[in-house]
Amino acid sequence: MKNKKNSLKEMLFSGNFTITLISILLGLAVGAIALKIAGYSPIEAYSVILNGIFGKPKYISYTIIYATPLIMTGLSVAFAFKTGLFNIGAEGQFIVGALVATLVGYFVKLPIVLHAIVVFAAAITAAGIWGAVAGFLKARFGVHEVIATIMLNWIALYLNNYVIMLEGFKRPNSEASYKIWDTATVGILEKWRYTDAGRVWLKAHPILQSIFKTPINLGIICAILLAVLVWFILSKTTLGYELRAVGSNKYAAEYGGINVNKSIIISMSIAGALAGAAGAMQVMGISKQVSILAAMEGYGFDGIAVSLIGSNGAFGCIFAGLLFGALKYGGPKIQSAMGAPSEIVSIVMGTIVYFIAMPKFIKMLLDARKRKEVK
Amino acid sequence: MIDNIGFILGTTLMYSTPLIFAALGGVISENSGVVNIGLEGMMTLGALVGATVGYFTGNPWLGLLCAGLAGGLLAILHAIASITFGADQVVSGIAINFLGPGIALFLSRIFFEGATMTKSIDLDNKIPRPLDGIFQQNSFFDLVFNQYATVYIALLLVFIVWYMLYKTKLGLRIRAVGEHPKAADTLGINIYKIRYFSVILSGIFAGFGGAAMSLAVVSNFRPTLISGQGFIALAAMIFGKWKPQGAMWACLLFGAAQGIVVFLGSTAISISSQILAMLPYIITLLVLIGFVGKSAGPAANGVPYEKGER
Repeated sequence: MKNKKNSLKEMLFSGNFTITLISILLGLAVGAIALKIAGYSPIEAYSVILNGIFGKPKYISYTIIYATPLIMTGLSVAFAFKTGLFNIGAEGQFIVGALVATLVGYFVKLPIVLHAIVVFAAAITAAGIWGAVAGFLKARFGVHEVIATIMLNWIALYLNNYVIMLEGFKRPNSEASYKIWDTATVGILEKWRYTDAGRVWLKAHPILQSIFKTPINLGIICAILLAVLVWFILSKTTLGYELRAVGSNKYAAEYGGINVNKSIIISMSIAGALAGAAGAMQVMGISKQVSILAAMEGYGFDGIAVSLIGSNGAFGCIFAGLLFGALKYGGPKIQSAMGAPSEIVSIVMGTIVYFIAMPKFIKMLLDARKRKEVK
Repeated sequence: MIDNIGFILGTTLMYSTPLIFAALGGVISENSGVVNIGLEGMMTLGALVGATVGYFTGNPWLGLLCAGLAGGLLAILHAIASITFGADQVVSGIAINFLGPGIALFLSRIFFEGATMTKSIDLDNKIPRPLDGIFQQNSFFDLVFNQYATVYIALLLVFIVWYMLYKTKLGLRIRAVGEHPKAADTLGINIYKIRYFSVILSGIFAGFGGAAMSLAVVSNFRPTLISGQGFIALAAMIFGKWKPQGAMWACLLFGAAQGIVVFLGSTAISISSQILAMLPYIITLLVLIGFVGKSAGPAANGVPYEKGER
């Protein structure tokens, strides 16, 4: 028993977890300072944000909806990280996933459930291939994956815009595609809510009524299942072992008989599929369509932050995704409530990532505190 | 026909300029061995500061200067993390890319009554066009050479950076630190100092690049103004093999694609602008596959240096 407690204490007060926790606190502190300088009360701002996240069942539901794609792009980045690759391409893979999900969701007609499965499978396959391209370029030609994925992000963005503009797919008088068929959606009881029976039932259950005001969908369940899958692949399968071996030491892995080039491609395609799942779920659960993109939406970049805050672990990504989703949903509420700039969220997230990038600094802080205690 | 070519060339120069500034910043930073993915964030902050100072003072040059300072300040953060604390430089750069736009929009909302778009600068208070009125209006030469001063500054800067990197002692040191820090250390070169200098200078240039966008190409700042140009500059730098002149040509290529898109938008020719916009990225990938190969960058690029490490 004592042993267990020790290990828990060790887990909490050493290594990644402490660094992450301190980084989050520093991020919130920097956010508070920025608010203070700008003339707003940080305490008021943070309580508005907290209330905006937890105040109503509806808010919590929205937080989860905001977090869902971030968890999945986070998993994508984390998976690549574990195998020694830096996937900046989650953004483009997300776009490809969303685009293909919409194409298959609109042009293919299948019965309910089956349609959703086919849409999802097609989207993650396409995004997986999109990711694999970067892996292939690295394995075959030595093109750094950071550069390749940045290029592929922009190619994906313009491809998305090109395909949406095509006759037969573009909804007339709009900047968006046609909507996918209902059979391909994953919303929870979306139609039922507006039936007479649904209305009566919901009226009797105010909490659920509040939750059902949001576009809740199966996305979060999908995200959790994917996290379990990522954890399982990485820690319980031979493939995962090989991929991680390549990640920790390419040369040793090669010496050990692992095909490094193949690993790179497989790893990038799995990372791509994960980000594609995020895009697919976003279309199937929320938007039902894809629109012309003037700029990157940022799901991929946010995924990098999520992965880093989650220490590149599958379950870490769930918590980091929820944290980021909460900030993204609750943060902007300070704008309407007190006129304070909502960009504080980017500043807080940037600061957290910044400090996570330099564990040495945090260790130095901790050491300085310890030395003081000794004195 | 000749006028059309003039129009395309002129637009190319105009759109390439912000990229050239930022890419030159990347060249300096990466030659000293520090990867700078944060160019995007530094450009965004520079664009906001340039537009804001330009709007309130009516002096575009002061705006440009302050934009450089803002980019440099943000770069100090990147330098502290990646040089002093041996941070993962890509991760630190990602953090900068959250912070730069975050701070920029934060400031914009404070200075412009909650708007993320700054107020427009009067045309008279934009960066001037030094050759305005010399050529006959809308003639070929007018279309090509009647450019904002930032265009000429950028081209001049390409030469200055080239001269600094390859003809001066400082440049030799920057490259030595990027190629083989240990050897440079042995020779008594202060690696930390050289890298700090290079990274801060890269931030200043990226800030200039942002301001070249918000003070010349357009006349205000808005959230999507930079959207990805820092990354394009990064690609241009790699495309140009980490050399200032190479980066310039690559930026001109990206700018030309933009110029052709604008030109086609003004005509009835129906080549999809989306496909055209894709081309520079595809070309970059193809070039990286075919010509650059595996070992083109500075050898110690991205590797934190620790004194006394063996």
